[in-house]
Amino acid sequence: MNTLALWFHKLGSPPTFYRFAGALRPWLLALALLAGAIGLYGGLVLAPADYQQGDAYRIIFIHVPSAWMSLFVYACMAVAGFVALVWRIKLAEIVAMECAPIGATFTFITLVTGSLWGKPMWGTWWTWDARLTSELVLLFLYLGVIGLYYAIEDRRKAARAAAFLALVGIVNLPIVHFSVVWWNTLHQGSTVRILGPSHIAPSMLWPLLTMALAAKFYFGASLLGRARVALLAQEGGKDWVRALAQAEGGA
Amino acid sequence: MRPGSTAAACAAVLRRDLLLAWRRRGDAAFPVLYALIVATLFPFALGPEDALLARIAAGIVLVTVLLAMLLALDALFRPDLEDGSLELLLLAPQPLPLLLGMKILAHWITTALPLIVIAPLLATMLHLPAQAQAVLLAALLLGTPLLSLLGAVLVALTAGTYRSGMLLALMLLPLTVPVVIFAAGAVSAAEAGLPHLAPLLWLGAALALALVLAPLACAAALRIALDA
Repeated sequence: MNTLALWFHKLGSPPTFYRFAGALRPWLLALALLAGAIGLYGGLVLAPADYQQGDAYRIIFIHVPSAWMSLFVYACMAVAGFVALVWRIKLAEIVAMECAPIGATFTFITLVTGSLWGKPMWGTWWTWDARLTSELVLLFLYLGVIGLYYAIEDRRKAARAAAFLALVGIVNLPIVHFSVVWWNTLHQGSTVRILGPSHIAPSMLWPLLTMALAAKFYFGASLLGRARVALLAQEGGKDWVRALAQAEGGA
Repeated sequence: MRPGSTAAACAAVLRRDLLLAWRRRGDAAFPVLYALIVATLFPFALGPEDALLARIAAGIVLVTVLLAMLLALDALFRPDLEDGSLELLLLAPQPLPLLLGMKILAHWITTALPLIVIAPLLATMLHLPAQAQAVLLAALLLGTPLLSLLGAVLVALTAGTYRSGMLLALMLLPLTVPVVIFAAGAVSAAEAGLPHLAPLLWLGAALALALVLAPLACAAALRIALDA
């Protein structure tokens, strides 16, 4: 087996992952803070005010990265869940389950900032529009996964059941979104596109993308930190945890 | 049918579940009574104004049927889990998805079918226009099996847990949004005299998909939940 594959297989073992995640986490966190600071400075200070929305549009630098992350984290959770179900890797179960609260938080932030933005722009906190409603359904899906995970006592069985629910959700998500688009109303269409030109000024685009990068790094750091804690909790009786505790507490 | 063949096993599961339901046929009245009472509460809450009730009648009937089915879902696997026959089903040499499909069919016949039968009564109580009644029935005939299939997958995941009622609602209801949208869309289009076939066809397409995939997913979920 070549070195890279060997390293990858070793990473699946809890003690190796614990050490690796502990080493990587500060770097990710630092990158997230750096990118966040640059992105916020660019977005709040350097970018010009919108000709129509004034300064109120600046919430976009929080709202849109969170919205992207809410979907990205769900995809991560589903992929990790799939790996957990197919190969029964303990670490994948933990990663999938620790994705859920982070994703739910991003979804919640998206909804809150969206409604704060909607009040001055549309004159209402909430409207039953396609994107808002899909995002709300996404939040419920996250909460369902978290709820199922904590309803089953056996941690590994709980993770597998919740991962399965996440997979059922990802099959359903496009159907939910499509059906909700059926009665769509106020929300504007996408302004940032990967293919073709974006309908957004470059002076506003680069802070937005920097913020998106910051959100990704933050997600990575947060996930590693949560996974480390979950590993310790689940592996409580194992030798490597005991050795770690002795080294730490000296008892 | 040769004893031991897949067809014989499916027929046996279906017969057993229907027979059990028939022996306790009083239980089948509960979802119906529940739906009746919930639908009765709406005029009390909204006022007995005919025009208002007629406008929201289809939505009330759909959501009421959905909630009644949600409450009845818990009974799909729980008795079999308690007396151990579910584990025997898992061990059976016949394909588990087919056997579970028969259980879901029996459950649909015993809980959803009575609800569909009283749906016109509920709709009439709420003054749903006559031209929309047939569409409402069609939407229910296509939508309730979809709910049963989807619900069976999720209830299988919670088979090992206790106090799963609220959790099941949290898991199931977000996934039923498309069913509600298309069923209600068809009825309101019919009320307005617009073409209503498209949403019904979408429901039918989703049902065809779920008929194939849901029993497989249900079997996988049950094996996870029971560690078998």
